[in-house]
Formats: sequence, C-alpha cells, structure tokens
Amino acid sequence: MPLIRAACIWWHHRKILRFAQDDGKARPYAIAVGLSLMAPIAVAQQSDTRRSGYQDMSKSVQTMQDDDMANPAMLWVREGATLWAKRVGAADKACADCHGGVESMAGVAARYPAFDTALGRPVDLEQRINLCRRDHQQADALANESRELLALTAHVAQQSRGKPIAPPTDPRLQPFADAGAALFKQRQGQLNLSCAQCHDDNDGRKLGSATIPQGHPTGYPIYRLEWQGLGSLKRRLRGCLSGMRAEPYAYDAPEYVQLELFLMQRARGMTLESPGVRP
Amino acid sequence: MGNALINVPGTVKRGEAFEIKALISHPMETGFRAGTNGTLIPRNIIQRFTCTYNGVEVFNLTLSPAIAANPFISFFTVATDSGSLVLRWTGDGGFSAEETVPITVTS
Repeated sequence: MPLIRAACIWWHHRKILRFAQDDGKARPYAIAVGLSLMAPIAVAQQSDTRRSGYQDMSKSVQTMQDDDMANPAMLWVREGATLWAKRVGAADKACADCHGGVESMAGVAARYPAFDTALGRPVDLEQRINLCRRDHQQADALANESRELLALTAHVAQQSRGKPIAPPTDPRLQPFADAGAALFKQRQGQLNLSCAQCHDDNDGRKLGSATIPQGHPTGYPIYRLEWQGLGSLKRRLRGCLSGMRAEPYAYDAPEYVQLELFLMQRARGMTLESPGVRP
Repeated sequence: MGNALINVPGTVKRGEAFEIKALISHPMETGFRAGTNGTLIPRNIIQRFTCTYNGVEVFNLTLSPAIAANPFISFFTVATDSGSLVLRWTGDGGFSAEETVPITVTS
C-alpha cells in the first residue's frame, strides 16, 4: 500500500511539473490546482484504505455473520442473556438489577477500553465485567476466555452492533494508547516481527493462503472458524504473538489493554459488527 | 438440556414448504485429538438428529466426526396440520436433547 500511495503522489507531481513546464505563466495556477486536488485525494485515501476483516472474507462467511440464525456466536449471546438476568454472588444481584435491560449497554463496547479511576489504569470490557462482579455482585471473577465471560461480553457487545467505534477522548488514556502504539511497532519474538509489519505494511497480501487483514477490532468477541468457538481480542493478540514466536504476555498484563486501546483509536469511526465471524 | 437456536416460521399455509433451521451448541470433539498431556480426548459428537412433525418423522441425519463444532442444520418440510415439531439430537456418552416448536398452519 505505501508503494501505491507513493506512486500516486509521484504521478501527481509529474503532471504538475509537466503542466508548469509547458507554460511558465500557468505555473502558480497549476500548483494551486494540483494541491487542491491532492488534499481531498489524501483524505479519501485515508478513509478508503481502512478495511474491516469482514470485507476480505469469503461471501459464505459474510453470510454466516449477517444471519443471526447461522452466526454461531449467537449461541453465546443467548447464554449471555440468561447470565445477565441471573442473580449471583454474596450480594445476590444480577446485572439487570443495576443496569436494567441490556439495551442500556448500547454503545458501551464501542468505547472500551475506558479509564478506571479507582485502579488508575484503563480496563477492557471483560475486565469491567469482572470488576462489576467483584464490587457489586461480590462474586468471584470469571476466568479469562471462559464461556460465561465470553457470553456476557458478547451479549453486551451485540448492543453496539452497527455503531461507530468511538474511543473516549479522556486525556488520562493517552499515555496508555501511546504505549500501545509503540508496542504495535516494536519488533519481537524469534521472527523479529512487529504487528505493523504485517498489518500496516503488508495488509491485503497473503500469509500462506490467508489474507492479512489490517487488524481492526471491529467484531470482538469473534466466532473464529479455526477456533470453533468464541474468543476475545486478547486471544487473537496471543495468537499473533505466538505466531511471531514471541512469548504471549500473561492474561492480565497491561500490554493487552494498551494494544486494545491503540487499536480502537486506530479504528475510530469504523462500524462495530460484534459478534463477528472470522475464518 | 441442549442449548440450540431453532428457527421455524410461526404460521405457514397448508401445502407449502417451509424451512426449519437449527444451530446446535456442541463441541463435536472428533476423538482423534490429543490433549495437553498427550492422551486422546474421548470422542464426543452428536450421532443422530431427527425431526418429527405431529409424530411423523420428516427428517433425520447421521452426523460424523468430521462435522465442525456447533453444527447448523437446515431442511424443508411441507405444512400439513397445526401442531408441533419435535427436534431431537442424541450423541456420545448417552447425550440426548429435545426441543419442541409449535407451528400454526392456515388454509
């Protein structure tokens, strides 16, 4: 992609120069037209080149995601609806007792990770659910990637389906997002790769038979056909880390939330598809 | 008790074909995979799926270990009388689940 972009810019410059050489008087005009043409093109390129993984999937997998009857993630969503109304913990409270109907969660998944003042750091949606369980339901935290936690997350995330990704502009989040951006560009593992080398520099190309996506978190939690189950963004990141032969961070490591935060900012404005299906 | 999403149109015209869709939550463990300790994970699949319409079997299916987890099954039958569709699936380890869906047939 950067090559194509560079070629486009070169082409424009070449045209402007040629025009300018033809007639000296027309030079300022030509440059002005050239610049005014380039500005909207640059903007269009920025918004056009971001692609959800959905757009690169085969038609059959897209149909599977779009049809709630065929999307296997809906099994988790339905389980999540049961858990939402189930009273648990020493407080004997259900999610619904505080939050009411799950519709109140509309837009929540689109703006997480969010800053938690008590902890002094950002938390993602799964961690927020577990904090709610600990503080308000006085129940044990659900295990990472457990069926119950994924079910609740999927149920909450589904309420934001179709909404644009809108990470908060909280300045306290910025250092964490910056750390995530640095991590994204940092080479690691035995293959000495960074996330950016695949997802920024070589997106749309093939890795084996699979198309390399741009890595926008548009559908989490996702039902991945390869996993034959639902998984979080954290699981996806762990898969990438072991793919580049780096040791995945521990499940509660702050690095994941930093990366998630950066990825959400990178995908700002893209439509949330949760729960998504991916090959 | 099986966890499944079943979709049947609420009302159908007599004599018309209608679609029944079932998405069943099941691991469909093949029996060929080894766990982290190296021993085989025992096979756990749905072996058979049947659908009866007012007591008459209208569809049956034998499933194999090669079928992916959470199978999606879709088929058609012709509307005869109002009543119920009973979907039943049985599997390894004596597993059995059943869902009943009402259907209204208009003339």
